[in-house]
Order: sequence, then C-alpha cells, then structure tokens
Amino acid sequence: MPVINVDELTDKDKAVMEVNQKKLEVKLERWLTSKCCEEVKEYIQAREEEDILVKGIPEEKNPFKEKGGCVIC
Amino acid sequence: MGEMEQLRKEADSLKDQITAARKAVQDTTLQEAVAGITVVGRVQMKTRKTLRGHLAKIYAMHWGTDSKLCVSASQDGKLIVWDSITTNKVNAIPLKSSWVMTCAYAPSGNFVACGGLDNMCSIYNLKGKDGNVKVMRELAAHTGYLSCCRFLNDSEIITSSGDCTCVLWDIETGTEKTIFTGHQGDCMSLAVSPDFKFFISGACDYTAKLWDIREGQCRQTFGGHESDINSIGFFPNGNAIITGSDDATCKLYDLRADQELITYQDSGIMCGVTSLAPSLSGRLILAGYDDFNVNIWDSLKAERVGVLAGHDNRVSCIGVSSDGMACCTGSWDSFLKIWN
Repeated sequence: MPVINVDELTDKDKAVMEVNQKKLEVKLERWLTSKCCEEVKEYIQAREEEDILVKGIPEEKNPFKEKGGCVIC
Repeated sequence: MGEMEQLRKEADSLKDQITAARKAVQDTTLQEAVAGITVVGRVQMKTRKTLRGHLAKIYAMHWGTDSKLCVSASQDGKLIVWDSITTNKVNAIPLKSSWVMTCAYAPSGNFVACGGLDNMCSIYNLKGKDGNVKVMRELAAHTGYLSCCRFLNDSEIITSSGDCTCVLWDIETGTEKTIFTGHQGDCMSLAVSPDFKFFISGACDYTAKLWDIREGQCRQTFGGHESDINSIGFFPNGNAIITGSDDATCKLYDLRADQELITYQDSGIMCGVTSLAPSLSGRLILAGYDDFNVNIWDSLKAERVGVLAGHDNRVSCIGVSSDGMACCTGSWDSFLKIWN
C-alpha cells in the first residue's frame, strides 16, 4: 500500500493533486436542489412524530427520569 | 508562465466550472421549499443526569450503540465509560498521555479508542478476559495530533489528524490501509455514513470532504465556511451533511446536489461552533458553541428554537443517542449532562 508522506510533498505535487481532484469533481452528476430539498423534508416529516427531542416524552416513559425522591409528610 | 502559475490557473478554471455546474441545478432554495412548513415549537429540554467524575476539561464523548453506555475523554488523563441511566462509571481507564482530544466507542461495544497530542490512536479492549481494560493496539503514523476517530467495526478505524490527512487503519496489524490526502489544513473532525461506505471530514482549510472508504478517493469538496470547520456530522438519511465552524455558523450541504442548502446563523451569535449532532429525525440540530451554550436549530426553517444552558464553561462535545432518546453534552467544566 503506497504510503504518501504528506510532509514530503512539494508545493508542485500539491498543486497537481488539487488539479486532478477538481478534474474528478467537475464530472459529478448533480441533482436538482428541488429534488434534494423534497427528500430532506419528507425524511424529516416521516419521522418527526417519533423524535423524542422534538416531541418530548411523558415522565413515566423516560428512561432518564429522575429517581423518585422522598416526600416529607 | 511558470508551472505553478499554470497549475493554479487550471485549478481556478475547474473551480469556476464546478461553481457553474452547482448553480445550474439550483432550481430552488431550502428556504423556498419549506415556506409552507411551520417552525417547530419551542424546545425545552431538562438536564436529567449529570455525570460527575472527571477532574479536568472534557474534550470528547461518544455514545455506544445501545443508547445507554457512553465514553468520555478528559485531559485529566482518563477515559470513562458511563452508564448514562444509573450514572455509574463502568470503566475508568487511565491513559498514557493526558493530552487527549477525541474518543470513540466501537459499534460492537467491545472497544473504545482515543488519541490527541501524542499523534496516536490507542485502542482499548473493554471485554478482556481478566476484566482489566488494557491497551490493545497503538496506531502510530500520523505526524500531527489526532483530532477525531471513528470505528467502522472491530477491526477497522478511521482517524483524522492535524497533519491534514485521514487514515483507515487495520487494527489487527496496526498498519495504515489507506491514507486520505487532499485537505490543505488540519483535519478537525470526521463522521462515517450510516451505510459505512463513506466518511466526511472537516478541516482548517474551511472545507468539508466526502471520501469513498474502499476507493480511497475524495469524491466531493464543500466550501463556503469562512473559518475552520470544527465539527461535522451526517444528516440521518446519509444524503446530506452538517458542518459547524469557527465562523459561528453551521451549514447543511446536500451530497447529491453537491452544494449548501442552508446556513444556520444568527447575528447574535458571534462565537465558534465546537460540536454538533442532529436529532433522530433530523428536524433538530443541536450545536455547542464557545459561549458555553448549546443552540437548538430547526433544521428546515433555520431558526433557533431552544437553548441548553447549564454548563459553566465551553461545550466541547455533544452527541445524540442512536435511539434518539437523549442528548449528551460534555464541557470544559468537567461535567457531562444528559438532556431530553
């Protein structure tokens, strides 16, 4: 497995790597943001009701509920 | 024209092409897409548990997959595995180096890992035969501090480092399987995709990168932040990522559109984001800041809907348990708090 020692890369090596990386990235097939936003929205809305941090949880069902204290009569 | 000059011109031209390609698919903004949705009601969480025991700043915490146990790392030189429900310390592991910056719990629950200014990632076996927790492996090869680590499974772990690289390790042999180069600044944080095929890294070059673990390649690079990215996480569906930066903002980037969908910012917030975690559904983003607070954001409407105030110093780490039941914050005040 080729070990790249980053400390040994020259500025030119790094510049070449950057160009090659951008050549890869420019080819990416990109989705319309409308489709992506729709998916994010749908994912969230399908699961929001069960999201405890959003909806809260009744004390009895909360595994982290504070232990019962003592009552002084 | 010199060679460097030529390469720089070529890189700039490619970057312009990428910007144009991103613009070409931008037929709406998230803001427009959620115009018909109401903001989530005010979120008020209470501290349910306080985990006391560390004697110095807490730098990192990570939930186990059972949503009950969690591990924390402090510069008091200890890793503590906590039962978050009983608040008992299951293990208190003394470290060789107290300059720890990160910790991780293996999905199996069998191992924890940590590392920091020692430039190493140390793996500890929690299920050793005689009940003692011992160092199982020390992964050494980084030439800079270990900022973050995450297990893929019991035999592989990914680390990010101040040496600007991330590495996939074979824990058995203690060797590097793949070195991920490309960032031009310290790598500060990493997160693994829900399907374990990709990971993302945030760095001091202000960018986030998506890496294909098996191919060893950077697939995408996301810019826009105006300062170091300190924290990064996957949105629960695995198709979007969230970043937190010293520029006081968090951003949501979509992987398929290859661009930022929205920024979470407020003119009243002027300090850096140290840590972040999405809630189970992704509707909330909890982000820890340098001003000792955690701000809770409605991820769709980009509005602040709550604050977790309770620590007496910087919130350095935050995590939501995998069943979404609770959020854990760790602070420089030496305490961890469990909230819901």
